[in-house]
Amino acid sequence: MSRRKTGLIFFPAFDWAISPSHPEREERLLYTQDQVFEEGLLDIEGILEFKPSLATFDDINRAHICVPDAASVTAESHLISAGGAITAAEKVLSGQVDNAFALVRPPGHHAMLVVHGARGFCNVNTEAIMIEYIRKHYGPKRIAVVDTDCHHGDGTQDIYWNDPDTLCISLHQDGRTLYPGSGSHDEFGGPNALGATINIPLPPQTCDEGMHMVLDEVILPILEDFHPDLIINSAGQDNHYTDPITNMRFSAQGYARLNEKLAPQIAVLEGGYSIEKALPYVNVGIILAMAGLDYSHVVEPDYDPSQLRQPPEITRAIEAEIRKVLALWKTRQGMKRSLFSPAAYSRRKKAVYYDTSGISEEQEETVRLCDACGGLVMIESAADRSYMIFAIILPGRCCSDCRAQGEALFSRTNPGKYGRVYFQDRERGVFMVK
Amino acid sequence: MILGIDVGGTHTDAVLIDHLRVISKTKVQTDTANLLKSLFEAATALLPTASFSRNLERIVLSTTLSTNAIVQDKTAPVGMVLLSGPGLSPSLLPATPDTHFLKGYANHQGAEVLAIDHKEIQHTAEAFRSRGIHHAGVVGKFSPRNPSQEKAVQAILEPQLNHLSLGHRMSGHLNFPRRIATTRLNAALWALYGSFVDQVLQFARQLEITAPIYILKADGGTFAIAQSREFPVQTILSGPAASVMGIMTLAKISEDAIALDIGGTTTDIALFADGVPLFEPFGITLGEHKTLIRGFRTYPLGVGGDSAVRLKGRTLTVGPDREGPAAALGGPLPTPTDALVLLGQCAVGNREMSAASLAPLAAVLGLSLEETAKQVVAQTCETIAAAIQTLVDAVNSRPVYTLHEFLNGKRLAPRKLYAVGALARPLAKALGTLLGCAVCVPEHAEVANAIGAALSRTTAELTLLADTERRRLSIAEEGIQLSIPAGFTKEDAVRIGRERLQAMARQWGSSEEEDVELMELQEFNMVRGFATVGRNIRVKLQITPGAISSLQQGLM
Repeated sequence: MSRRKTGLIFFPAFDWAISPSHPEREERLLYTQDQVFEEGLLDIEGILEFKPSLATFDDINRAHICVPDAASVTAESHLISAGGAITAAEKVLSGQVDNAFALVRPPGHHAMLVVHGARGFCNVNTEAIMIEYIRKHYGPKRIAVVDTDCHHGDGTQDIYWNDPDTLCISLHQDGRTLYPGSGSHDEFGGPNALGATINIPLPPQTCDEGMHMVLDEVILPILEDFHPDLIINSAGQDNHYTDPITNMRFSAQGYARLNEKLAPQIAVLEGGYSIEKALPYVNVGIILAMAGLDYSHVVEPDYDPSQLRQPPEITRAIEAEIRKVLALWKTRQGMKRSLFSPAAYSRRKKAVYYDTSGISEEQEETVRLCDACGGLVMIESAADRSYMIFAIILPGRCCSDCRAQGEALFSRTNPGKYGRVYFQDRERGVFMVK
Repeated sequence: MILGIDVGGTHTDAVLIDHLRVISKTKVQTDTANLLKSLFEAATALLPTASFSRNLERIVLSTTLSTNAIVQDKTAPVGMVLLSGPGLSPSLLPATPDTHFLKGYANHQGAEVLAIDHKEIQHTAEAFRSRGIHHAGVVGKFSPRNPSQEKAVQAILEPQLNHLSLGHRMSGHLNFPRRIATTRLNAALWALYGSFVDQVLQFARQLEITAPIYILKADGGTFAIAQSREFPVQTILSGPAASVMGIMTLAKISEDAIALDIGGTTTDIALFADGVPLFEPFGITLGEHKTLIRGFRTYPLGVGGDSAVRLKGRTLTVGPDREGPAAALGGPLPTPTDALVLLGQCAVGNREMSAASLAPLAAVLGLSLEETAKQVVAQTCETIAAAIQTLVDAVNSRPVYTLHEFLNGKRLAPRKLYAVGALARPLAKALGTLLGCAVCVPEHAEVANAIGAALSRTTAELTLLADTERRRLSIAEEGIQLSIPAGFTKEDAVRIGRERLQAMARQWGSSEEEDVELMELQEFNMVRGFATVGRNIRVKLQITPGAISSLQQGLM
């Protein structure tokens, strides 16, 4: 019998792939299933398996601005994957289980607020859809997302860039050496949400030791300060020493111990493409750790700790990174005045490339500087394959000034030069298009 | 003529069937201390002369012997050798004395990762000897993918034991803890069951019976008595299987349906999808033993004709315990049977005694005796109906792993209720109304189990895994590995599987070509980097339970 009641939502989508030899293909979780079945995890009293629900377009529209609409950028697999995360949240928040792991694919953490297509194997953001579902059905919660995928969680960061109530922490292989390239520590959140985005880039060849240094010295103390109602783990598994598309040196033991210390209420699978040598063991380790069971015997057949010792120069580089991130965190409160005042609005421009779909997007995001809420956000976006759109986004816990301005702007903005105009009210769950 | 006998917990039923007609039937009390006595008594009653014995075509037995031995803990001590490798902590595995964790294991591909240590195994053999252990099991992690280590241990250990059970022979399914439990039970039952087989064969010789003798398994299929000796664990929970097969045979189910066996202590609930009984996805559970034994998804609800009826405040409760027979037969408490006796819907025992038992309840409820009896019956039916609904919901919310199943998956929606057992007739109609189902209580319902056993065909299952990169085909249940060419296809795998399964069925006693059903067919590319290096093909085949095919038309 497990110490904690753990929900497992397993949806391997054995009949869905991006393309036949793409890393995101049918058998990605096949060997994980073999290992989970052979270890008999589903028989352990306290580990409960649930069938995923199907996410709706309304669920997606609470987290994304899809161009032209949610139906056009998703397939059934995405709705089930997001639905799996929603099921995990539902089981935890209704008290049926203490924590839950959505072992689903395809992944989602590279999907940004505006979606024109697929990037980094992701169409829609599984965690963000789940978070907005939670807020819609269980009230305005403070939520922390800790992204332990090897790639920067740039999509989740983008969706919550201006949200002071959602803390996005990503640790990842340094963006100068790996897709998507972003995730430097100075990406620290929008003007009204400084410090609600935390990035900790790690040098290639970082081992369990380095990951746990970051966890102990940065992530856990910041979580303590932020005091979230819920901790969500974007549980990518591609930091593993056998992953074919990254350069890190984490092990199943390292991942399981991370999960034990972080103690997320909800974990959602992201990347991880060493499907035979890593995933079966990492997933078994995570499930056992979540259930509070002994995971010390879960090791890869070729696990050799002496080969996974971290070189001193890498340790020193991580220590330097930790100092920088902590220095930023400690000064976050005075930062807004020195950086932005006395302006009324802040603007950022970005170019987004959808590598999976081959689409280029130009985007300009304007946020109203506001001391009372996350601030009204306005986005103008154009992709090379479609028309220009305009989106108005009201934050959760929206102040009356931002609300009045946003609603007035939507009512007086006519499509005109825009193909579509979107209005997303995250506080009230309203979504309108004209 | 076919003789079918079901030795159940309370009664032993026997039927003699000739040309699809029940020509005689009998029911005797089961002597739980001597099951063989009950078996022979029932058989002798139906075979009064030697000419009957000589005319038999086949005999099928279903017995609660193995189930009882496990539940009552009357099995032999067993030594276990586990080649567990890394994974679940040994502290989380089913623990018993004389379990030895030894070196050696295979990974999920079936590749040997760590070799066995011959010296260690020799030491274990000595330990078994000094502890007086003569029956043992050996189980390796992922052994259905590669049985060679279990076989290597067998070569060393078996000569020093009476019998050794091998994990990979129990089932092709992956589940190490269940494989351990199943193998241990098989080893524990082996001697006891073997002596049962000896006595049955001796009895048959005395009666000059030359017809083949079959044993019913938990999956509602039969196997030849000689084969059953090696796999006694397959005979656990054959009682509920006999009842499912009986209903199936008597009623010709072709739709989504509910099947009930309403007995004295419990009501066994089974579900049918499109006329096929539902199986447990991994294996049946007996008490605390979770096994890999293929069997029906039956649920024993603690509500039956003899269940204790009580008042909790002003609410009537039925079961889950049985304190004795119905009050009408001298039992201590009112029961659903008493309520039916009072209402004149059941002719058992003494109506006055039923009335007396219900009187205190009627006083508290402020109702007439008749009204009270009606409430007891209603409460009984509601309890059974609620349990059925919960089971159907659980089936419909079971996880699936492909988009196709998710989007096109079948939803079970039973509209027909079949009932057998002592209270089937009086309760079926009310249950049907509660569940929105049409109702059928087949003829010969009281000996349905024996009929089910008599007419069941041989069943078997086969699990194949082809890895065209390693050029290897493994057949889990047979413990064999074959070389295959790189161009091996899923059609090849299915063809080989069919041939092997037919051969296996013949070996297990089938005399006809059985229908082989393809349960699972999956094919995956195996990719290294971005290049496809081979295919991983997974096939599961079975011979589904049913009446022997020569008897499928127009029974009775």
